[in-house]
Amino acid sequence: MANGIFFEAKNLTMRFGGLVAVNNFSLKLNGGELMGLIGPNGAGKTTVFNMITGTLVPTSGKVIWLDEDITGLPPHEITARGIARTFQNVRLFVDMTVQENVMVSFHHKIKASFWQAMFGLRKYTKEEERIREESMTLLRQVGLAHLAGEKAGALAYGQQRRLEIARALATSPKLLLLDEPAAGMNPQETMELADFVREIRDTFDLTIFLIEHDMKFVMGLCERIKVLDYGNTIAEGTPDEVQNNPEVIKAYLGEPKNAAG
Amino acid sequence: MTKERRNLLLNIASIISVYIILWFFQKYGTEYQIRILNNMAVFITLAVSYNLVNGICGQLHLGPNAFITIGAYTAALLTMSPAEKQMSFIIKPLIWPFSVIQAPFPVSLIAAGIAATIFAFLISFPVFRVRGDYLAIVTLGFGEVIRVLCNALQSVTNGPLGLKGLKPYTTIWWSWSIAIFTVIVIQKLINSSWGRAMKAIRENEIAAQAMGINPFKHLMMAFLISAFFSGVAGGLLAHLITTISPTLFTFFLTFNLLIIIVVGGLGSTTGAVIGAMLFAWGGEALRVVESPMDIGPVHIPGIPGMRMVLFSVILMLVIIFARRGITGRNEFSWDWLFSKLSGK
Amino acid sequence: MTTKIFLQQLTNGISLGSLYGLVAIGYTMVYGILRLINFAHGDLLMVASYTAIYGIAMFTLPWYISFPLAIIVTGFVGIMLDKAAYKPLRDAPRISLLISAIGASFLLENLALVVIGGVPKAFPRPEIFAKVVSIHGVRIQVLTIYTPIITILLLFGLLFIVYRTKAGKAMRAASMDFETTRLMGIDLDRIIAFTFLLGSTMAGAGGIMWALKYPQVNPFMGVIPGLKAFIAAVLGGIGNIVGAVIGGFLLGLAEILLVAFMPEAAQYRDAFAFVILILVLLFRPTGIMGEPIVDKT
Ligand SMILES: Nc1ncnc2c1ncn2[C@@H]1O[C@H](COP(=O)(O)OP(=O)(O)OP(=O)(O)O)[C@@H](O)[C@H]1O
Ligand SMILES: [Mg+2]
Repeated sequence: MANGIFFEAKNLTMRFGGLVAVNNFSLKLNGGELMGLIGPNGAGKTTVFNMITGTLVPTSGKVIWLDEDITGLPPHEITARGIARTFQNVRLFVDMTVQENVMVSFHHKIKASFWQAMFGLRKYTKEEERIREESMTLLRQVGLAHLAGEKAGALAYGQQRRLEIARALATSPKLLLLDEPAAGMNPQETMELADFVREIRDTFDLTIFLIEHDMKFVMGLCERIKVLDYGNTIAEGTPDEVQNNPEVIKAYLGEPKNAAG
Repeated sequence: MTKERRNLLLNIASIISVYIILWFFQKYGTEYQIRILNNMAVFITLAVSYNLVNGICGQLHLGPNAFITIGAYTAALLTMSPAEKQMSFIIKPLIWPFSVIQAPFPVSLIAAGIAATIFAFLISFPVFRVRGDYLAIVTLGFGEVIRVLCNALQSVTNGPLGLKGLKPYTTIWWSWSIAIFTVIVIQKLINSSWGRAMKAIRENEIAAQAMGINPFKHLMMAFLISAFFSGVAGGLLAHLITTISPTLFTFFLTFNLLIIIVVGGLGSTTGAVIGAMLFAWGGEALRVVESPMDIGPVHIPGIPGMRMVLFSVILMLVIIFARRGITGRNEFSWDWLFSKLSGK
Repeated sequence: MTTKIFLQQLTNGISLGSLYGLVAIGYTMVYGILRLINFAHGDLLMVASYTAIYGIAMFTLPWYISFPLAIIVTGFVGIMLDKAAYKPLRDAPRISLLISAIGASFLLENLALVVIGGVPKAFPRPEIFAKVVSIHGVRIQVLTIYTPIITILLLFGLLFIVYRTKAGKAMRAASMDFETTRLMGIDLDRIIAFTFLLGSTMAGAGGIMWALKYPQVNPFMGVIPGLKAFIAAVLGGIGNIVGAVIGGFLLGLAEILLVAFMPEAAQYRDAFAFVILILVLLFRPTGIMGEPIVDKT
């Protein structure tokens, strides 16, 4: 991957009937980067994530990942290629245990066959054992190991958000998309989260692309930021550049109710 | 002794005790008790495999009666002798090759399972294109289509006349061995990585897919396995009641299975087993409410439909007031039993 | 086939189709608001028919009182159905709601079986519906002509209620956005009850006309028409009232014409509707007039 493309979104556009939710969105990411995406409510941020991860097929445009065109692939195949995500509205497997939530993410990488599992052959039982251990290690890294046996639905909100990240990490991604990871957290938790995001980027050798409304969080954490408004990209640059961009100020101040969100 | 070893031994011991109980009934039990035992085993097989799709994968599939029908007809056509078949098919002759082949009972059961699986494979493409209420109605539709075909394709099914005089091959040994086998296989599946993936789809399909799980593949897998065992159970059922016709496997049968798994505890094999046993026993016991009774001089005529009224009321009460059923999604395990025993 | 027979079949198809359409309205309205297939909806045909029979036989009411009364009773049975089977489950998982619906359907059917018995009862057919007229040599039962006319009249009445009255507007708001409507302080339970009342009334009218057409009433008479009407609702685009009626017409016509042109296919008739359902779901899941239903992430 010397000169190849790591990640590139080319002119992504998403139409829902008459509504253009995202218009001509382009983005290049370099390996190891920490990129932010901001914009008022309904700007189209989640829709960008949905197009990248295959949840939505873009009306037009392309997604290139490691030199491959992955536009329109189903989500599970995109995950298998190394792009993982979390959800804005937490989507855990609430009636499964915390550890099982993480173990699910190992399933797509399983080497043993279904029949080996049904006959309880060593190849499978060993692999299952390994998945169990690795999921525990991951839980330890995100600080949820002591809750491994609890039902995911029983966790506190902040813990659920962490579990979502752990679960995404367990798929072995190279690119991680976080949709409003700090939503609903208090300032203390938000600060810890920023450290945590940096930490996982380093330990797991990740590229991170995140959506967040909390400006302090985004400005402090991200190296580059993109701003969406009504589906259009209105600014891109370092936190300082973006903060002083008149378009951005207008987008946020023009509609005071959004600035609060 | 490790826990795994202990549990394995206990499992083996309990299977042996099931057989001892069966032997006891075989020797001393009445015909009525044997019938209930057979019904229990068939319903266990059906409910546990039905629960795989409805309870574990969380898809409200309403067409198990189609699989059972296909299994029943396939097995029956294979165990009947060519001469018997020629006698039965009076309206239209049976088509080749069914008209000439005959197979031993075990082979016909496997064929019944395979036939149902092939059918499930074919319909899984439209079925899993949709979800929720639509999936329910589409599967129900396929059940109806099979019933219509059973009536219409007279040169295969003998139409409304059905197939009569099947040999009563289904003994408690067959029915219970298959029930036990089904429970073991399905439990193994549920507790494997594949079973976890299925549960994840039930809990949140979008998230499961984002974690790399292919929903279609896993739903289809559950559907086919469920169909296989339902087909085998259909073969057992045919050789238990010895007469089959299209009216036997209507949506009523599906409804009964739904009651079993809901009352037992949707998503739990233990629940499905308990529900099936209660149903087989309760269903027979409640027959009295539908048959005429003489209490001293008072004659009460039988009331057809009364059992179904009771069952529907039970189903609705459970779903409204005790949604988790008897076991919830919990499973029986020896570890649980011992911790209970030592805890008290 | 002669033109005469063809025309006869055509009117048959239209009349059958309008019955499907009437029943489909109830499915589509309830689905629009609760996202639930009201499995017991078809059984309301049976409720209406028996009520009408008893009105005439036991209370010696004339048909023009007994029939409307039966339709109103059916409307209220619909409301009771919601109260008993669905209301307690508003916040429950979808699968529970659907299971409750199936339970309610079996309960209604078997309750009728227990109380009334399984022997089909003859439905009294007032003379004015039984007459046969001959138009250019095509002999048609007047009922066959009345049915689509009554259906269209009822449809216009319903559309007036849904689009012009306050309750109707609240109902449409609720079917577009349940949560927001709740937040706006509209009493959703009353709106839902109203929806059931309207839908069930339509089913009641459909039931009476069905029984006039096929005057053998039994506890399970609503099952097949119910399923077909649901398919008609999907075909027309679930959630859309006009779509439901159009879907009904199309399905009725298609069924009758299938049998007319291919008599040997008659025995497959009940399966035919399901084939249509599957094709619609595969190729145009939103039906003819439906809006796509989105699941937001
Ligand atoms: N699946 C969909 N179908 C139809 N419209 C959609 C769909 N998903 C999103 N939209 C619309 O697209 C627009 C952008 O939505 P999106 O969720 O991407 O915004 P967002 O920037 O993530 O907002 P928020 O900050 O509130 O999360 C909104 O108007 C939304 O209603
Ligand atoms: Mg968003």
